[in-house]
Amino acid sequence: MHTFAELIIVFVILLDLALAVTGSLSSCIRLVAVQGVVAGILPLLAGSGTPHARTAAFAAFIILLKGVVFPWLLTRARDRSGARKDVEPLITYPASIMLCLGAFIASSWLGSRLPLPETNVAWIVPASLATIFTGFLLITTRSKAITQVLGYLVIENGIYIFGLALFVEQPLMVELAILLDVFVAVFVMGIAIFHISREFDHIDTAELSELSDWRRGEYGK
Amino acid sequence: MLLVLLSIILLLASSALALFFSREPSRAQDAGAYGAVAASALGLWAAVRTLAAGSAETLSLPWSVPLGSLSFCLDPLSALFLVPVFLLTGLAAVYGVGYLRSYAGSKPLGLAWAAFNTLTAAMVLVFTAANAVLFLLGWELMAAASFLLVLFEHDKAQSRKAGFIYLAAGGAGALLLMAAFALLGAGSPLLDFASFRTPSGTAASAIFLLALGGFGLKAGFIPLHVWLPEAHPAAPSHVSAVMSGVMIKTGIYGLIRVLVFLGPWQEWWGWTLLAAGCVSCVLGALFALAQHELKRVLAYSSIENIGIILAAVGLGMVGAAHNADRLAALAFAGALLHVFNHSLFKGLLFMGAGAVLHGAGTAELDALGGLAKKMPRTALLFIAGAASACALPPFNGFAGEFLVYLGAFKGISSYPAVALAGVLAGLSLAVAGALAAAAFARAAGAAFLGEPRTERAAAAHPPDGLMLFSMYALGALCLAVCAAAPLLLVPLVSAVGAGFGGGFGAAAALEVPGPLVYISAGALLLAAVAAIAAVKRRSMFPAARTADVPTWDCGYAAPTARMQYGASSFAQPLTDFFQPVLRKLGQYPVIAEYFPGKASFSTEAQAVVYNAVYAPAAARIRDLAYRFSWLQHGRLQIYIMYIVVTLLGLLLWKL
Repeated sequence: MHTFAELIIVFVILLDLALAVTGSLSSCIRLVAVQGVVAGILPLLAGSGTPHARTAAFAAFIILLKGVVFPWLLTRARDRSGARKDVEPLITYPASIMLCLGAFIASSWLGSRLPLPETNVAWIVPASLATIFTGFLLITTRSKAITQVLGYLVIENGIYIFGLALFVEQPLMVELAILLDVFVAVFVMGIAIFHISREFDHIDTAELSELSDWRRGEYGK
Repeated sequence: MLLVLLSIILLLASSALALFFSREPSRAQDAGAYGAVAASALGLWAAVRTLAAGSAETLSLPWSVPLGSLSFCLDPLSALFLVPVFLLTGLAAVYGVGYLRSYAGSKPLGLAWAAFNTLTAAMVLVFTAANAVLFLLGWELMAAASFLLVLFEHDKAQSRKAGFIYLAAGGAGALLLMAAFALLGAGSPLLDFASFRTPSGTAASAIFLLALGGFGLKAGFIPLHVWLPEAHPAAPSHVSAVMSGVMIKTGIYGLIRVLVFLGPWQEWWGWTLLAAGCVSCVLGALFALAQHELKRVLAYSSIENIGIILAAVGLGMVGAAHNADRLAALAFAGALLHVFNHSLFKGLLFMGAGAVLHGAGTAELDALGGLAKKMPRTALLFIAGAASACALPPFNGFAGEFLVYLGAFKGISSYPAVALAGVLAGLSLAVAGALAAAAFARAAGAAFLGEPRTERAAAAHPPDGLMLFSMYALGALCLAVCAAAPLLLVPLVSAVGAGFGGGFGAAAALEVPGPLVYISAGALLLAAVAAIAAVKRRSMFPAARTADVPTWDCGYAAPTARMQYGASSFAQPLTDFFQPVLRKLGQYPVIAEYFPGKASFSTEAQAVVYNAVYAPAAARIRDLAYRFSWLQHGRLQIYIMYIVVTLLGLLLWKL
């Protein structure tokens, strides 16, 4: 059974790498959804023996939310905002994948150093950390507001896997709380993106910095 | 204790109600004022009862905030500070209804009342909190509420500047206090005052300096006073009365409390307080003399009075270091009595200045004059308050200073080791008193006597009944305190005991009764003489014989009101003498011809310390901050990266 769980972990890492190099916005949304679904299957396999009915119900709820509701919300936001079809990275794709690989190496080192309880599934801690880093990578190096929502979701996936590693007994209670936050956040961001694009005809966050009260070159005025 | 808590709740509830009615100014006024008066009555009853009983009441409830607990303590020291809080805020609320009426529609009165009552509640919290977190919560709430009130007339650039300086001073002070409390509470699970352990020598000195800075920024002694002359004139007058009368005393209160936590005092602490106090009282009075605006004069006079209180505490501490307990007891009792008295007469004076501002539309001394004819009662009350501020008997300002003088003389006569401190304190008080007398003679004379200098002053109208009521009440209290001085013995002795230590309370019980009886007897005697003189005068000069005629005009064909002695000309001999300190700016006309033409003359009082120290320091800090402006570029992605890098750094650091 654990072999299958480890396979899923490998799949999650591969999805991280794929996210780092994917240029199409719709592919990104799909990849994040797939990662969420795959991560949602994990608790069914991680425990020993047959999964509890409650665990199964939670897993189903999570898969529904991450695999269906979020992608639908995000696709709708993308369509309505009429944004360009690519993610508009601030750095090149090779640089992105190098950073992602670096993050993976750092997470393996970090995972061996963190004082955590023993886990059943190998690589679960490094994979979760790598996913969190990938999420941050998406947030910091992509210029569209919608990719920041995606990065946020990837971070959530990472935290979810990390939670599985840590709270072997009661991971789902914690996850449910986080998930509610994420749901509200995605909802709000979806609305916000729509409004931003309606007001400013674009969702490029770099242009939004024009709104800040600080401008370069106004020193001493 | 429960009554005090109830008054806090009542104040906060009426705040919320006033905010709720912000669209209907008259209802907002009612909600705020009735709440304030009811809370004052409740709290006053509780505070007076504690003072009469001389015992402490405590209440402690758990609180979910880290290091915090809802611990309250109402001891005689708190009660002595609370009595003026309740007295003055209650009367100021009554005054405020009349004062703010003309702002209805143009200013958010609901917000002003909400801030006023929150300010009162926060002060009550500060004076009763027995946990550092709770204390700081009250402290910050007080700063925030008063900040809103300072910005009441935010359409004026000067008010905005005052608000900014006030905010910066408040923030810096709170920062120092947090450090002081953190050092005091090191090692204890809760920051309850009861759980503080006496720190070692060096730590105690560090805490003393932090507390002196933090509380000093609120109390406003020189050189930490810069916000005071800006913020007091900016706030509405009843708020200035409360800020100057009681809010700045939270600094004195906090300092006294922290001194008790620090265990045995080191002598140089006393000298530091004494020096700061002497400098503040002399320079405060001197700066007051050079100001051109009535409320600014009063603000500097507050700095002078805080200096007197601080000098008295310092004198007492130096005395205590030399086992001169009786001297210390006199000085401490004088300091506490002056805290009480200052709140009464400064409240009265600010209300009087407010009546001038309200009636004439300006408080610039050079634009006033002749107001005694337009608002005779206000003039009488203002002059009574001014006499009290100059420590003239039979007004209450005299009582506290008298005790401090006695302490200083006791040092000179019976304790050779403390003689220098006694000389320093006595001399500073005397110089400050003389300068304050000049400053108030100038301010009251320029505003109320002579002929109106401008049309606005000529068209001034007297304040309404509510405003007058509050001023009469405070004026009566100013007289009553001196006349009934022996009644203050029990409260003073128990407050000295609770604030500084039981030994000083016992010494005060021996030393203070005599002077209090003298004060009372002297005041009554003076009042009797004054009454006889008044009756005599009436019989000598019947009303029919006085007539209204122009002043003798020295042969000028067309005298104008501007030929009168003005505020600047009255003070010129003194201000010229102190020019190296005052650094006033002036333009004097040079008369070179036999028939000189039109000429103009101006003097301007400078914020000396602000210009010399704070403005350059602020400019330096701003330059330094601009050097890091490249960090603030407005790119969201990079901001998030800052957070990630910081979090990673913390993770790796703890690994």
